Order: sequence, then structure tokens, then C-alpha cells
Amino acid sequence: MRLTASIRGKSVICEKKITKPSLAISPLPICLNTEDTNNIRRGVIALLIINKAGGLIYNRTFGEGLNQLNSNDYLVLAGTFHGVHAITARLNPLREHQAAHYYAQQQQQHHHSASGSIGAGSGGGQGGPLPSRPEPPSGLEVMETENFRLQCFNTQTGTKFLLFTDTMQANVDVAMRKVYELYADYVMKNPFYQLEMPVRCDMFDRKLNSYIREINNSR
Amino acid sequence: MSNMTPVKGKEQPGLRYPSNGKTIYHRPLNRAKTSELSQASFAYLFSEMVGYASKRIVSIQDLEKRLNTQGHPIGLKLLDLLLHREPARTQTRPLTIITLLHLIKQQLWTHLFGRAADGLEKSSDPTRPDEYMIIDNEPLVNRYISVPRDMSQLNCAAFVAGIIEGVCDGSAFPARVTAHSVGKQQAAPAAEGEEGGEGKEMWPGRTVFLVKFLPEVLERESFLAKG
Repeated sequence: MRLTASIRGKSVICEKKITKPSLAISPLPICLNTEDTNNIRRGVIALLIINKAGGLIYNRTFGEGLNQLNSNDYLVLAGTFHGVHAITARLNPLREHQAAHYYAQQQQQHHHSASGSIGAGSGGGQGGPLPSRPEPPSGLEVMETENFRLQCFNTQTGTKFLLFTDTMQANVDVAMRKVYELYADYVMKNPFYQLEMPVRCDMFDRKLNSYIREINNSR
Repeated sequence: MSNMTPVKGKEQPGLRYPSNGKTIYHRPLNRAKTSELSQASFAYLFSEMVGYASKRIVSIQDLEKRLNTQGHPIGLKLLDLLLHREPARTQTRPLTIITLLHLIKQQLWTHLFGRAADGLEKSSDPTRPDEYMIIDNEPLVNRYISVPRDMSQLNCAAFVAGIIEGVCDGSAFPARVTAHSVGKQQAAPAAEGEEGGEGKEMWPGRTVFLVKFLPEVLERESFLAKG
């Protein structure tokens, strides 16, 4: 259900290209040329940014000798991932149990704070700590295969950053954080960028390239 | 605050000066230890200013003109403030083009951006003695801005050009100031040599503010030089 919805959302942006959304694409987005690169460490391989409607707004690969997908497949990949992510965010075997636990806790807190305020006699509403919301479900975060590791970071506004690294790459969280920071700086503060549209910012490209080169060279 | 309360019997009209001679105009509004503003907030504000200025424009020049107009009053007001903050001996307004440009390069730039401008040049073309160039390798206003390819002549530092123009106009040196990117467009000619090419590599956002004084300014300048 969600899968089709997301593909429809994506096709708004790229309606000409996707005529038949075929989902039978290779599960490997970027395949390494296995014969000569088996023992070469790659570091960060690729970055994809997906907007909240499931459209691909940025894709870039880092380094030489990578097999490329054609642009249509990238769009399908982005839409598919968006759908899968939405499904994984709702999959939860412990959902009922957790909800019951959460509401019981809330009841308890409410009761506690109410009695507290009567005791104090201040009458200024609830004295206790603010009721907390449960963490929103985060969905798929990491996917690992023998060739690469995919880390997904979902922002508060629903933009998804996908960072493809080799399986040995350490501190992907830090790299992801930095990429998000660069995006916040050089894309969101650019007066010529329109929200939800493909990212075409020279400055972002330049800073991202130099940052990724820095981490790839430091290993 | 105690020295601001009126002394009984000695009611003086006008502005009262504290005993140490420092008025509120000598102090920045922000009195935190580092009197700095958030660059992110400024970037968002400036982004909205550019967005506002690009509504219903017919050409890039139109947009630059609007940004220029936004900066102009700031320059007029800053001139007064900066001269007032100078030590009493040098509080006179600039009388020659060189002192004016020096004021802009040093005081104005330091006040606005926390550092002096990177260069000040006179046009080498003898047919254009009225043109001067103030160079900034990395304008603060352009820090996060990537200009799309179809607007490649645009430089959003036109806003800063407007401020410069305000300062020039305010000190009775009427001039037209425009901002030009020289970071990448100019294909490196052989005459420029390696140094120029390297500068382009290092400073992709390098901006030249071209100050073109009106003819009467030059006329007065030559007259003063003779006298």
C-alpha cells in the first residue's frame, strides 16, 4: 500500500522517466568491480538524499571504478527504499506491549503530580514533569551486506540520507552528522534552493567532496 | 547609570555626555564578551532578503539593483556611527578618495565582517581613472550561497556594494558600486600569470567591488591636488 503511494509521490517529480515502476532492480545499488577491488578499502562509497515524498533529490558516488546505475534506476531505488522504510517504521512485534506500558506510566505520573499539587495548594496546574511522548519509530537504520553497509538517517522533517560505505568503515554516525550539517548549511541556507527539489548547489558539492576525500584518505 | 541622571539646577539641553566621554554610541548593542552575532541567523535572514528581492524581477540587473537599494541606507547610517567612534582627532569625514576607500577597507569592513578587506586597487586602465576596486576573497554574505547556472552573472554581494555606495554617497563622493565575481568565470589569460590562476583556485568566491565615482568627484579631486 505504502509502496505504491510513495512511487506515485516520486513520479510527480520525474513523471516522464518512470513509465513502468518495475521493482525488479538489482538489490545492490553500487557493485564493486570485484576482481581488482576486493582488497582495496573504499571508505564512503555513495550518498543519496531522498525527500519526504520519496523522490531522489541528490545522488553522488565517491571514488573511481564503481559501477553506475542509470538515473531511472536511482529514482526507483529511492522510491523503493522510501516505501520499505515506511513499512519498517510500523513493524514492531512489541507494539501492544509497549503502548500498554507507556500508558500505565503516564497514568501513574498524572496521578502523582495531581496529588502533589493538591498537597502544595498552589493550584497552578500540574506540578510534575511534563508528560513525555514515546520516541517516534525510526524505521530501517542500517543494512549490511557482504559488499557494503547502508546507513540511513531520517531527519525530523522526513528527509532521508543514505550513506553507502564499505563494511569496515568506522564512525559512520560522525560522517552522517557532518553530511547533515553540510546539507543544513549549504543547501538550506541557499536562497536559490527550492524545498523538496533536486539539490544543485556547487558549494555543497565542493564541501561534500572535500570532506569525503578527507575521510577516505585518512584510512 | 548614575552619571546619566540630570544634575539639579544645571539643566542642559541636548545630549548629555557621561564624564568619560563615552556615549551609548561608542558601545555595541550586544554587550556579551564576544560581541558577535550568529552567522546562521544572518544567513537565513539574508536568504530571505534575496528571496524577497527576486520576486517579480525582469533581469539579473534588476535583482542586483534591489539588493543594492537594501544596503544603501545601512551605509549612510554606518558612516556617521563609524566616524563618531573614531578618536576625536580623526573624526573628520574623509576628504580624498584614498582616505575614503581606506575608511571603507579598514573600519567599515572590520565593523561589518570582523576583518579588513583583502585588497584595494586602482583601475590599471588609464582611460578609466574613476574606477577603484575593493577586493574580498570570501564575502561573508555569500558564504552559503550557490548561484544557479542560469544566473551566473549574479553576485549577491550587491548588498554589500549598496552599503559601500551608501558610505560614498554619505561622504559626498557620489559613486556607483557593483559587485563582480572573479572566482571562476574569467578564463585565466596568459597575461595574468600563475598568481592570478592560483588565487582563483583558492578563492572560488572572490568578489571585486567596482567603485565608479561620478565625474564631479574626480574634478574636485584634481582641483584639490593642485591647490
